[in-house]
Amino acid sequence: MIEVKDLSCGYGNRMVLKEVSFTGNSGDIICILGPNGSGKSTLIKSILGLLKPFEGKILIDNEDIENWNWRKRANKISYIPQSFSSTFQYKVKDIVLMGRTSYLNLISFPSEEDENIAEEAMEKLNILHLKNKIYSQLSGGERQLVKIAQAIAQQSEIIIMDEPTNNLDFSNQIIMLKHLKEWIKKGVTVIMATHYPEHAFLYGTKALLVKDGKVVEIDNPKENLKERDLKDLYNVDLKLINLDSQDKAMKMCLPIF
Amino acid sequence: MKNIANKRGFLLALLIITFLLSFVIGRYPVPIGTLLKVILSKIFPITKTWTDTIETIVFRVRLPRILAAILVGASLSLSGAVYQGMFRNPLVSPDILGVSAGGAFGAALAIFLSFNTVGIQISAFIFGILGVALVYLISIKIKEDPVISLVIIGILIGSIFTSFTSLIKYIADTEDKLPTITFWLMGSLSGISPKDVKRVFIPILLGIVPLYLLRWKLNVLSLDEDEAKTLGLDTGRLRIIVIICSTLMTAASVSISGIIGWIGLVIPHLGRIIVGPDYRVLVPTTLLLGSIYLLIIDNMARALTTVEIPLGILTSLIGAPFFIFLLLNKGRSWDK
Repeated sequence: MIEVKDLSCGYGNRMVLKEVSFTGNSGDIICILGPNGSGKSTLIKSILGLLKPFEGKILIDNEDIENWNWRKRANKISYIPQSFSSTFQYKVKDIVLMGRTSYLNLISFPSEEDENIAEEAMEKLNILHLKNKIYSQLSGGERQLVKIAQAIAQQSEIIIMDEPTNNLDFSNQIIMLKHLKEWIKKGVTVIMATHYPEHAFLYGTKALLVKDGKVVEIDNPKENLKERDLKDLYNVDLKLINLDSQDKAMKMCLPIF
Repeated sequence: MKNIANKRGFLLALLIITFLLSFVIGRYPVPIGTLLKVILSKIFPITKTWTDTIETIVFRVRLPRILAAILVGASLSLSGAVYQGMFRNPLVSPDILGVSAGGAFGAALAIFLSFNTVGIQISAFIFGILGVALVYLISIKIKEDPVISLVIIGILIGSIFTSFTSLIKYIADTEDKLPTITFWLMGSLSGISPKDVKRVFIPILLGIVPLYLLRWKLNVLSLDEDEAKTLGLDTGRLRIIVIICSTLMTAASVSISGIIGWIGLVIPHLGRIIVGPDYRVLVPTTLLLGSIYLLIIDNMARALTTVEIPLGILTSLIGAPFFIFLLLNKGRSWDK
């Protein structure tokens, strides 16, 4: 369980977000929505410890993580950033294996068991055939899947993603989203920034609306995230449409020109 | 993995052959048969059939020089390899944090002040370390982008040291001291004594061993800073370990060899072309390749002409075209 309490954060001296509070329980998918530059990435980086929060607390399983080292943090939280590459020509399996870093001390190497965990992670995402390919030469989408496999190999309770479906084609988006559901069944908490309000409707258990330095938490967005909220958030005219197809009800967000 | 073991075996054999042949090369002829007897006589009782001169040349002149070439070649190459990863930049060489510029200033100052050889070496070593320490201490005052900060401060401090070196050259006695400084700056392993090798052995070992042990983590360090941290790597701590190790071995190398460029840039690329970027295999490969390369270059330096050719001239004269050849024929070993 992760609790963010009255978190104020930003870059240098510039405060971007003020007094953010929310809780993520195991099985939650928390979608962070907001316009470009509103502070979605700032929030994510502050939770990860990549930016030092100005004020407030972050608790994991009731423990303040302020003084946790990177290894301890990585055991609990994994991160899939917006963009990534590598200067050198590592193979995909090497990159996925690096997901095991937090389980190794400074001078130990990944064991056979670590290699098996990495292999299983690749298998789950159907990318085992990429195993010996060079990571930096893959397409953006393939690299994203490799990073997701790396996060799976990291076996943390909380997974934070910055626009995870951005580079993915339609089928890989579905693979990714299916995998999200598998994760939360296992009790993982997912926090993700996304540009698609539909993501919040489809599987979000919570939505965080980020705008003008404030964050509004909405429980069960499928029911409670209204057209009005989204209009205000993005400052555009749009329409929410309910789709009923067989047993599944879905909401879609359409722009109005 | 078997393929890599084969490659490593081949390089090890190549190093041993180069090592032995290096004793034979030189103005005073030492036949290979005699050489083997002289070496084996240290272990087994063999009747002495060779002259004292040969024994002196083998053990007091050529052996220290050969060992120095191996140590310096290995150090500079490994430093280059770990720095390229740490700075996530394939164009980085061991000089990036000012160790050579500091060392050069230290040596020039010591020569100017008429220190003896040991004094020059110690001054070069200390100023090399001082240069990097200064760079590190200034760079951590800059809160963001630690890697870029290091590079920029490294270049700035390096250029300050180089200016001071130029100033010393400008005011140094042109008959005596200026040529010594100039020759030192071009790099050479001539006149290395067994004591010199003993003196640098410990700092070089203190650099190589920790890097060798933690080499898998260097892979993670070569990723993006945020990625490395969130994977659980204390990048700040590993960076300082890498800087300390690399500085120790480079400063020690520079102190006995002067400035030898290019090797720290070229050898890691050659290593990546042969075994790939994984530091688990790249570190041993780089150590072997660097030793072999400098040993061959140093043999050329003392055997090509009747006068010694400074190593710095040869390494760039051979290193740069070799790098071009690698790029044209084997492609890049990096992707960004």
